[in-house]
Amino acid sequence: MANKHERRQFLKGGAVALGLVAAGIKSAPGQLPQQKYETDVASSLSPAGPPVYGVRSHYETVTRAAPVKGKPFDSYRTPLHLQRGIITPSALHYYVGHGSPVPDINPEEHRLMIHGMVDRPVVLTMDEIKTLPFVSRILFLQCAGQNYGMAYQRKPGGVKTVQQTHGDTSCSEWAGVAFSTLMRQVSPQKGANWLVAEGAEWKKHAASIPFEKAMDEAIVAYNQNGEAIRPENGYPLRLILPGVEGMRNVRWLRRLYITDRPTMNAWEINPYSQLRPDGKTRWFDWDMEPNSVITFPSGEQQIPGPGDYIITGLAWTGTGAIGKVQVSTDGAKTWQDASLHDPVLPKAHTQFSFPWRWEGKETIIQSRSIDEWGNVQPTKVETEKMWNVGPDFFGKMNQAFPHYYASQPWRIGPDGKVSNAMWD
Amino acid sequence: MRCGIKLIIAVACAALPAIAQTYSATHHVGRTPTAGEIAAWNIAIGPDGRELPPGHGTAKEGASIFEEKCAVCHGKNLENPPFAPSLLGGHDTLTSVTPVKTVGGYYPFATSIWDNINRAMPLNKPGSLTSDEVYALTALILFRNDIIKEDEVMDAKSLPKIQMPNRNGFFPENPQYKRGYLQLWFWPEPRPQKKTNE
Repeated sequence: MANKHERRQFLKGGAVALGLVAAGIKSAPGQLPQQKYETDVASSLSPAGPPVYGVRSHYETVTRAAPVKGKPFDSYRTPLHLQRGIITPSALHYYVGHGSPVPDINPEEHRLMIHGMVDRPVVLTMDEIKTLPFVSRILFLQCAGQNYGMAYQRKPGGVKTVQQTHGDTSCSEWAGVAFSTLMRQVSPQKGANWLVAEGAEWKKHAASIPFEKAMDEAIVAYNQNGEAIRPENGYPLRLILPGVEGMRNVRWLRRLYITDRPTMNAWEINPYSQLRPDGKTRWFDWDMEPNSVITFPSGEQQIPGPGDYIITGLAWTGTGAIGKVQVSTDGAKTWQDASLHDPVLPKAHTQFSFPWRWEGKETIIQSRSIDEWGNVQPTKVETEKMWNVGPDFFGKMNQAFPHYYASQPWRIGPDGKVSNAMWD
Repeated sequence: MRCGIKLIIAVACAALPAIAQTYSATHHVGRTPTAGEIAAWNIAIGPDGRELPPGHGTAKEGASIFEEKCAVCHGKNLENPPFAPSLLGGHDTLTSVTPVKTVGGYYPFATSIWDNINRAMPLNKPGSLTSDEVYALTALILFRNDIIKEDEVMDAKSLPKIQMPNRNGFFPENPQYKRGYLQLWFWPEPRPQKKTNE
C-alpha cells in the first residue's frame, strides 16, 4: 500500500521538480489544469477561512511507516525517500517506543527535578525553565538499534525501502536551555562525573550519560522545529545529546540525577549493547558512527529507463561534521566523491548528490560517509572483517544489535527496479 | 557574547550600581525539593545500591507475588513464558549464533534487576509494587537462577553484594568518556580527535 503510493508520488512529479530525470518521462497527457473559480472562490470566502493551525494539503498522504509485525520494538520510521533538505517535519519524526504508551503530560503540572551531587537541588516548572537563556541547534537523532533483528530483515517481505532500513533517523531544530546553564543554578560538586536522565512516562526510561559530555553540548529542549516538541518526541521536555544514540536523548524528561557513576539499568545492559561472538559485550556507546544512505534511487523505486539521473541521499555522523561522501555505482569496486549541499552542520543530516548515467545494466549502488576526522563508514564486508566474523554473522542476528552502520547497497535490476542488496 | 555582557556589566557598574545587580549568570529560579520528594523520584539504582530504599524479601515470599502479578506473562513458576522474555536459562548461549540474554545469564548486576522490576513492572501497572515486593521478586529470580539460596534475605545491604555469573562479561570494565577523544564501538579505547591532512 505504502509502496504503491510512493511510486505514484515519484512518477507524478516529485522527480521532475527535482530535476532528477532528463529523459524518459513525459508530462501527463492532456491540457494544463483549468482554474476552478467556483470552488476556489468558495474556499477563500468561507467563513472559517484557512485553519488557524495549519494542516497539509489533503492531497498529501505520506506518513511514518507503521511498526513491522514480528519486530519487538514499536518503531515509526521517517519517509527519508521524500525528504528534500535536512529538516524532518516534526509530524514525520521517527518514534521508537520503549514499552510505555506516549504520556499525556500537562505542562503546568510537569516538573524537572535536579538533584544528587549538587549544592542546590531544585524543582523547576516549565515556565521557570523558559525564563532561562536558551540555545538552538539543528541536530539529527538516530536509534542505535536501527537495524534491530537483522535475521528478520532478510525474510521475504522483510525490509525493503529506505524508510524501513534507515527511517529511524530524523533531523530537527531543537531549542531549550543548555544543560550547562542549569548546572550553574545547582552547583555540581567535585566528583560529579555522571548524569542520569529520566523520563516521566510509565516505565520511567532512564539513561546514564558522562557529565562532561552533557556539559559540552546537552540541551534540555522544549521546542522542536519552532514549536513545542510533539508528544511522541518528548513533550514538554526532552534531553538532547548531539550525536549520541537516540535512547540517551531522554523524552518526557523529569529528572536530572547528578552522580559519580552510571546506574546501569536494564536498557543500557541488554538491548543497547553489543554481544560479540566471543561472548563478551561492549557496553556504553555514545557517538553514532559515520553513516549515510542513498534515498534516490532506493529500495522499491522504479527507474523509468536508461538515462541521466542524480543520485541523492543523506549523510550524518555523531562525531562531528561530514567531511566527504563517496558513491559507488559498481558494487563497491570504485568510489567517487559526491557533492555536499549546504548547510553542512556538525551532528546534523547533510544532503549529498551525485550525477549518474544509467546504461540499463544491472548494478549495485551505495554511499559511504567520511567524517571530518577521517573515519570511514565501512561496507558490510569491511564490518565483518572488523568483527572477524563470517558473511552470515550479522544476517543471522536474531536479537538487539545496535550500531550496525554498514554502507547500504541498492541493486538496480535490468528493468530499473531497485531492491535492498544488503542481505543478498 | 561573554565580552559583551562583561562590557554592559562594567558600564552599568560604573554608572548605576543598582542596574548591575539585575543580571547574573546564575538565575535563582525554582524551589528546593523536600527530602521526601527526592526519595520518591530517586529510582535509578547504581551497582553499589546506594539508592536502594529500606525493605527486604526472600524468594519464598516472592513466589506468591510472582504467581499473582507476573506469571501471566513470565510463565507459571517462571517457566515457558507466554509473552515476556524468559527469566531462566541462557547461561551457555552467549557465544552461540542465537544468544539468549537473560537476567541470570547476562545481567552483570543484581541491582539492575531490582531497578527494572521497580521501574517497569508489572507491565500493566509499572511502579505499583512495594519495596518489599520488589526485594522478594528479585530474590525469587536470583534463587531460580541458582545464584542465592531460597531463604536468603535480600535488602539494601545484601543485594549489591550478589556476584552475578556474567559480571565480567562486559567491557570496558569502567565505562568512561574522555573529552576530546572519539569513542566508537569498534575501538576498545577512546582515540584522540585528530583532523586528517588531505
